[in-house]
Amino acid sequence: MKIQGWGRYPSLEAEVLTPSFDFECEGFIKNRVLIPRGLGRSYGDSSLSKIVLETPRIDRFISFNQRAGLLSCQAGVSIHEILDLVVPKGWFVPVTPGSSYVTVGGAIASDVHGKNHHIGGSFSQHLISFDILLGSGEKVTVTPAGMPDLFKATCGGMGLTGIILSATFQLIPIQSSSIGQRTMRANSLEEVCELFEVNTLSTYSVAWIDCLAKGKQMGRSLLMLGEHCVNGGLELGEQPKKSLLIDMPNWVLNPYSIKAFNFFYFHKPIFSPQRINLPYQPYFYPLDAINNWNRLYGKNGFIQYQFVVPKAVGVKGLKRILSIISKSNKGSFLAILKVFGKGNENYLSFPMEGYSLALDFKMESGIVELIKKLDAMVMEMGGRVYLTKDALMSEQMFKLTYPQWQIFEEVRSKYGAMGRFASNQSRRLGLQ
Amino acid sequence: MKKILIIGATSAIAENAARIWAKAGCLLFLVARSQERLDVISKDLIIRGAVGVDGFCMDLTQLDQQDIMLNAAYAFLGEIDVALIAHGTLSNQVACECSPELTLLEININALSVISLLTILANHFEERKSGMIAVISSVAGDRGRQSNYVYGSAKAMVTTFTSGLRQRLAKSNVSVLTIKPGFVDTPMTKSHKKGFLWAKPKAVAEQIVNACNSRGGIRYTPIFWGPIMMIIKLIPENIFKKLKL
Repeated sequence: MKIQGWGRYPSLEAEVLTPSFDFECEGFIKNRVLIPRGLGRSYGDSSLSKIVLETPRIDRFISFNQRAGLLSCQAGVSIHEILDLVVPKGWFVPVTPGSSYVTVGGAIASDVHGKNHHIGGSFSQHLISFDILLGSGEKVTVTPAGMPDLFKATCGGMGLTGIILSATFQLIPIQSSSIGQRTMRANSLEEVCELFEVNTLSTYSVAWIDCLAKGKQMGRSLLMLGEHCVNGGLELGEQPKKSLLIDMPNWVLNPYSIKAFNFFYFHKPIFSPQRINLPYQPYFYPLDAINNWNRLYGKNGFIQYQFVVPKAVGVKGLKRILSIISKSNKGSFLAILKVFGKGNENYLSFPMEGYSLALDFKMESGIVELIKKLDAMVMEMGGRVYLTKDALMSEQMFKLTYPQWQIFEEVRSKYGAMGRFASNQSRRLGLQ
Repeated sequence: MKKILIIGATSAIAENAARIWAKAGCLLFLVARSQERLDVISKDLIIRGAVGVDGFCMDLTQLDQQDIMLNAAYAFLGEIDVALIAHGTLSNQVACECSPELTLLEININALSVISLLTILANHFEERKSGMIAVISSVAGDRGRQSNYVYGSAKAMVTTFTSGLRQRLAKSNVSVLTIKPGFVDTPMTKSHKKGFLWAKPKAVAEQIVNACNSRGGIRYTPIFWGPIMMIIKLIPENIFKKLKL
């Protein structure tokens, strides 16, 4: 069966194993080299391999302590399902990526971050424990203190240490299912970075940035701050769903249409500094309202490029990268800027203190070259690219920008993962 | 609070239906072959909101056990508002063609065990004069095709039996629902190539739960299988026998 990541590039013919229960996994992994895959929301080739083991059918809740906000569930449960269960009871996930259709196993393997990274860190920092099936067929329970090496290798480890079967983590209390959002307009990159600094106490912060704007307007953005509301009830509300049934023709997204979109989006009326209250779904997951929004980029797919550069590089460095993107005229309308807090100790976790920018490039001629150029700049500035979105990084860049890769490999070797769990990405990056 | 009996409760469609009923705060009695699976699913359903869940582990083809199971179900639920019969296996047609034993085994699981259970259940429901008996049949039962006529003929028997039962029980205010799913992406069909006609078990389960609130009848899920099967049934036998369906 043909499988692909969310970016729909690349794709490949694969054997897909679909266990329904965790105890079936042991039989499935015997004598096979494979990679676990959740809902396939990683963009590039990190969940692609000749054999993949899909976990979304292993999706039961195990326990929910409503007083303490402790949740245990199997690895295939999605954040969407979790929120459906816990929001009405006054709880929320501690960290969420921009889609709720990711599994808990995937959230751990990518060590996902969200709009509250500067305060809440990554998903793994809220984990109490997880169960993992090792290459030997042994099932172990991993806690940060009990097996620190396996914990740090698995969180952010892209599924390369074993099959995550279940996890227990701490939720955060909420009084309302709504989010109070404030939007601020910034006319330049300096301005938006300053706004981030001024608002570090805001629980959630993220900026949409117009990466086609040039000159003085380079980096003009809308900063969106969010807080969980105190009033307004805990109702879930229904998010109306739309679908893109067919691939958008390739010509629809072109430099002119995107420039026009960006112009109107930037100049949309905002009611700053007044707050508006939104249900949590459109605040955190605007794109979840459209099934298959990835078809927007046509049948050739797209690359989502997310990098982070250290704070020391500053606005100047970010500007150099942005100028390459704006000159290329290839940037899209979904460019997201976030100021990260401190990184964690996991060997392959992406976040580090600094500026992170994520944007989509429709797959077309010239893109690979552009990304190589950006890669070189990110590498030179001491930054790195997010493995969950990567489809093109070179082995050399990976080993340079993820300097703990050797420890990661040692831990994999210790727990029998080498030669047992592999993806197209891990092979490209030179992992055994 | 609805009281619900689910036979074959670890099947993907039945489990998804159970989740919807759990969220609505129902009381559930689950029957399946594997205790290990029943335990995992029961715990999950309680967290999702079920008022109570109990399970019974049995092989449905052990006909003498069916009475014991139903007694346990009535002891736990008190009354049964909805009984969903969802157990079955997808026969290996080619293997069946070489083995009368295997063929009869498949008929036994997919038809006879259902008929036996329905016979006992019908009398309980008839006496109480209310409730819903929902049975998962299949579009495969609408017309025998060379690719799966063993499974298809077992389902045809279930369809015909429930049709008669529906007429008989209508006077007693008992509804009988015959559900005919098309292709559903479940562990039962894992070896099949999937295409655009395939539905997700969650979507099929939603339609089944909705239909269980109706007055019964025949339901194709997804609904487009109704017209498709109507056409397939209309093809003259002379032409049909030459088709590769």
